[in-house]
Parts: sequence; C-alpha cells; structure tokens
Amino acid sequence: MSQILKTFEDLKASDKKGFIPFVTAGDPDRETSLEIALALARNGADIIELGVPFSDPLADGPTIQASSQRALENGIAVADIIKMVRQIRHSSRVPVVLFSYLNPILRYGVEKLAFEAAEAGAGGVLITDAVDEEAAEIGVVLGNHGLDLISLIAPTTSDDRLKRIAQNARGFLYAVSRAGVTGARDQNSETAEMLVARARQYTDTPIAVGFGISTREQIDEVWRYADAAVVGSAIVKVIENSIGSGNPAANVEAFVRGLLPKVAKRASEI
Amino acid sequence: MSGHEPNERGYWGEYGGRFVPETLVAPLDELTEAYFAYRDDSAFRSEFESLLKDFVGRPTPLYFAERLTENLGGARIYLKREDLNHTGAHKINNCVGQILLARRMGKSRIIAETGAGQHGVATATVCARFGLECVIYMGTEDMRRQELNVFRMRLLGAEVRGVDSGSRTLKDAINEALRDWVTNVESSYYLLGSALGPHPYPLMVRDFQSIIGKEAREQILEKEGRLPDVLIACVGGGSNSIGLFHEFMEDDVRMVGVEAGGFGNNLGEHAARFMNDASVGVLQGTKSYLLQDANGQIASTHSVSAGLDYATIGPEHAFLHDSGRVEYISASDDDALEAFHLVSEIEGIIPALESAHAIAHVLKVAPEMPRNSIIVVNLSGRGDKDVNTVAEVQPRGDKK
Repeated sequence: MSQILKTFEDLKASDKKGFIPFVTAGDPDRETSLEIALALARNGADIIELGVPFSDPLADGPTIQASSQRALENGIAVADIIKMVRQIRHSSRVPVVLFSYLNPILRYGVEKLAFEAAEAGAGGVLITDAVDEEAAEIGVVLGNHGLDLISLIAPTTSDDRLKRIAQNARGFLYAVSRAGVTGARDQNSETAEMLVARARQYTDTPIAVGFGISTREQIDEVWRYADAAVVGSAIVKVIENSIGSGNPAANVEAFVRGLLPKVAKRASEI
Repeated sequence: MSGHEPNERGYWGEYGGRFVPETLVAPLDELTEAYFAYRDDSAFRSEFESLLKDFVGRPTPLYFAERLTENLGGARIYLKREDLNHTGAHKINNCVGQILLARRMGKSRIIAETGAGQHGVATATVCARFGLECVIYMGTEDMRRQELNVFRMRLLGAEVRGVDSGSRTLKDAINEALRDWVTNVESSYYLLGSALGPHPYPLMVRDFQSIIGKEAREQILEKEGRLPDVLIACVGGGSNSIGLFHEFMEDDVRMVGVEAGGFGNNLGEHAARFMNDASVGVLQGTKSYLLQDANGQIASTHSVSAGLDYATIGPEHAFLHDSGRVEYISASDDDALEAFHLVSEIEGIIPALESAHAIAHVLKVAPEMPRNSIIVVNLSGRGDKDVNTVAEVQPRGDKK
C-alpha cells in the first residue's frame, strides 16, 4: 500500500479527516521553506503538497504566482526540491506530494524524477496541466517507482470522464472546488460537495477538496463530505506577509494552529 | 489534405495535444465538438465567406512588387496583401470564423490575448459588429509599444486589461486570458489569436487562416500561369504562415518560415524557437518547441516586433520543421528594420514589423534566384502601429 493510502487508512481508523497544506519550495528561500514544511508536519499536516515553482503558472491566482516568482528568483530547481523532500522525510513521516506544472518535470526527465523523488521518500506527484490521457504514460513511470500520480477532477468534468479518472485514481483524488484559479475565497462552493458525491459513485479512493479554502469553518465544512481539505494560498499569504518582518515558519505555525484547534490542543498537551 | 490533419487528440506527430487544468477540458471538448459540427456546414461557411468578402474586404490582392523585384535583381516578388484587410492584418480572418462559432455556441462574453495588438483590435472589431462583451489581455510592455492599438481597442468598446506579470508580453497575456477563462468558463469564449494553444485551436485557427493560401494559389496561377517557387512568411505563434502554407502542402513549392532573431543568439535575446538551443516542452496547452532554461522555466524572449515575441510556436510548425516540409530561419531586428524601410521607401507600403521579418529574408534570397523564379511573401499586416517603435529604435527619413 502506498504511503498516501496508508495515511488515509490511519485517518479513517481513528475516525479523522485529513489536512493537506501547500507550500512553494524555495519561498521565501530554501532554508525557510524547509522550516515551514517541517512546522506543518509537526502541526497537523497529514500530507504536504510541495509546490515546484514554474515561470508560467496559468492555473494559479496572484498569491501563488508571486510565491513562485520569489522562489524562482532564489534559483530553486527540481534537484533542490528533491533534496528538500529527503530532508522533510528525514525528520517526519508525513507523505510529500510534489505539486508541479509539466514542463519542469519534462525538462528534468520523467524517469529521473520518478527515481530520485521515490528514493528521497516522496509519496506522489500532481501535475496541474497534464490531465487524464496526457498524463497516462507519466503515471506508469511514477507507478513503477511506487509514486502515486494524483489526479484532478473539477466541477466541469463530464460524467464519463469523471468515472474513468475516479476508477484509475491513485493515492487520492484532488477535487477542484470551483471553476477558477487557486486563491483564498470567503465562501465554500456548493459545487464541491456535488462533485465529491459524483466521484463517490465510482471510487473508494480518498477525495481531497482544494482551491479557495482558507478558514477553520471551511475546513470543517469540507470534512463533512470529503476525506481531506487542501489549504494553499492562505498559507502562502502568511509567508508573503512575514517577509522582511517576522519569522515565516512561526507565523505559519500559528496560522495552522488556528485552523486546527483540536490538533493544536493535542500538541500542547504532549 | 488528410495527411495534414492532427489526430483526434490534436497531435501532429508528437506535437500538440491539450495540456490544461482539468476545468478547461470540458469547454475544450465543447469547442471541439462545435467546431467539427460547423467546419463543413454550408450555412456556416457561407456566412463566414460573406463576412470575409463584405466586412473584411477579401480577397486581398496578390501584388507584384515591381520596384522591389528590380531593386533586388532576381526572383519576381509578389506580396500577399493581408495588410489591406479591415483592421490591417490577417488576424481578422480567424476572428470572423471564431465569433460565428461563439455565437452558435451561445457565448455572450469574449476574451482574448494580444501581443502586437492586431489580434486584440480584430477581436474587438468582431465583438462590436456582433454586440458581444469583449475583454482583451495585453502585457503592459506591449501596451507601451503598441499604444495606438490599445486606443483602437478601447474605441471599439473593448476593455483592455494590462498584464504586469513575467515579461509583460504576449505569453503573459495568454496566461491571464486562460485564468479568466478557467474562472468564467460557462459564459465566456476564449478567442485565441494564433495557431497555438490546446486542441482544437491550432487546427481551427489554421483552417480559418487558410483562406490566405487558397486565394494566393489561385491568384498566382492566374497571373503567372504557374505555382511560385518559394513561399515566405514570418512565424510568431504561426497563424499567418500556416494560413499561407496550408493550401500548398501537396505542391512542389518551397516554404520558409521566418522567426524573430532579435539582437543576438543567447537565450533571452531572440524569439527563434528552432535556433541553437532548440528544445521541446509544454507551454500554454501545447507540446512544441520552446525557449526554456536548464530547469524547464520559460525563457524571456526579445523581438523588435511584439507579434513575434513569443517563447513557443504552434505545434503544426514543430511537425513541419521536423519533417523538413518547411524550412525555418530567423531574421534579426536590424534586418527587419532594414526591410521595413526599404519596402516603405520603394513600394509605398509600410509593412508591420512582423511582416518585415519575412521581407528581410526576401532581401537575402531573391537576388540569388533566377529572374523567372517567383516568390510569394505574406505581407501579414500594415505598419502604422509600428511607427513609434521605429522612430524610437531606428529613425530614418531625414536622410535624403
């Protein structure tokens, strides 16, 4: 069983839902983003999505665009990010999913990436702009190295397609909550719950909901109908706001504790 | 022509496809279905042709450039006068086709990107003609370079949204247009302006632009009684060139695509995707040749012409490059400016800086060709929009 599936099995066994935070590798710099990832691992992250920055992040809103830009200005490359995975896994058992656009992966080499990422302890890879048939070959290569290729579904995904994607899903299914780019929103979208219900018809694979989730209330809402909630831009915004003034890792830790009061309480009792 | 059709997933050989966020798969499916439903529909075709004739002003002339021919002393040079189209470039051909499709699909809001502004102006024009809301994304660097076109778009009732990310040029405008589309997917139609992006755009745009070559082929047969020896066109995304080339694919005619050579051979100094560091990757929905660094980050590009200043090239061109059917070369900023001035001065035609790249290649090869040989070059647009740029970088005119 894959790391990721094992994580969801454990959550289920203790009747809990998952929290999946996202950070861009290299934002605001390599050392700090590693500290942030480790802080997330200590504070309730069940899986960490580690963003591979890309120059042209067309699925991302302004917050993650700016974050990618900062990381690239620091010269972070795929090899550094794999090293970061190794460092995270050295001090934590939390699975890491690389969250990337396709081009940096193609340039690095799919086979090379699969081998090295698996060796570093990564759990999976999600490729924003390679969906379904375009990702099939890559999925096989990753699978050969024990990595899950995480598939995305969206409210616009047709039933036929949803069925095919859901039935072939590895690790977990990432349900995009609404049409649009990444970025915090005040309201949860009702379309997300409908989408999860549609996917449930076809698969038992765990389903995580992402895009626009930034508050404790939104997480609770997603946990009511899905297996995990992904929080990305809201965390990245905390990092952005900490630059030059505070300690980004400490600020992210405080923010996440606010999102997950039960986890924070448990942590303080230990 | 079946050998020039992509497969059902939009691939010419290994190039093309559909690399987009999941949310856009359904609207692309919807678009593909609509396009194939109307592609050969007689009512659609006749409305398209009627608008091209009476609104756009087609057919455009195939003009014998007598003084340019004499000046170069070699091949007979014909200019396909796409600059005489309504709005001043070939871009309108595609916009007319796509707006008719958008209307049939029931879309009320049109979004588009623009580089030089010609596609933006053409889109704003067809939106005004059909009463549809129009939002144009344009890099702020291009807005500076092409101020006149920004004003034209606004006059036509379009909203022009400046894009400040990346190099603030065409690539960044496409990113932002795609972000808009993914957000407003129900109401909006993305009217992409070149033969690139995800399937079915490269095919659809080529089809709508292939009127250029259809006319040129008939016209040259009428004027010369034979086919030309060489076709020459500039290549940014690749729509004016594929539009000229497509109809001649089965003929014994050489074809040359001219990329922007900028001011140097290093990454960042040009927009020649097939030059030196040529590599294949995925950008903005399609797999093709592109300019990227060692880490797979998209490189910045440079060209004096905003319309050629783009990091990747349409997938069919990548295929035609590998198959050898089309030759691709580049012309530098300086060569293009030289051609710009020459054609202005001896033919009385001010070409767009994009088209001036194609003419720059004519200046190189025509003198070496026999006097009875024939070159057809696509004069894809007029240069009014470029006079400020030329005045900045290479003023001339007081010299005589």
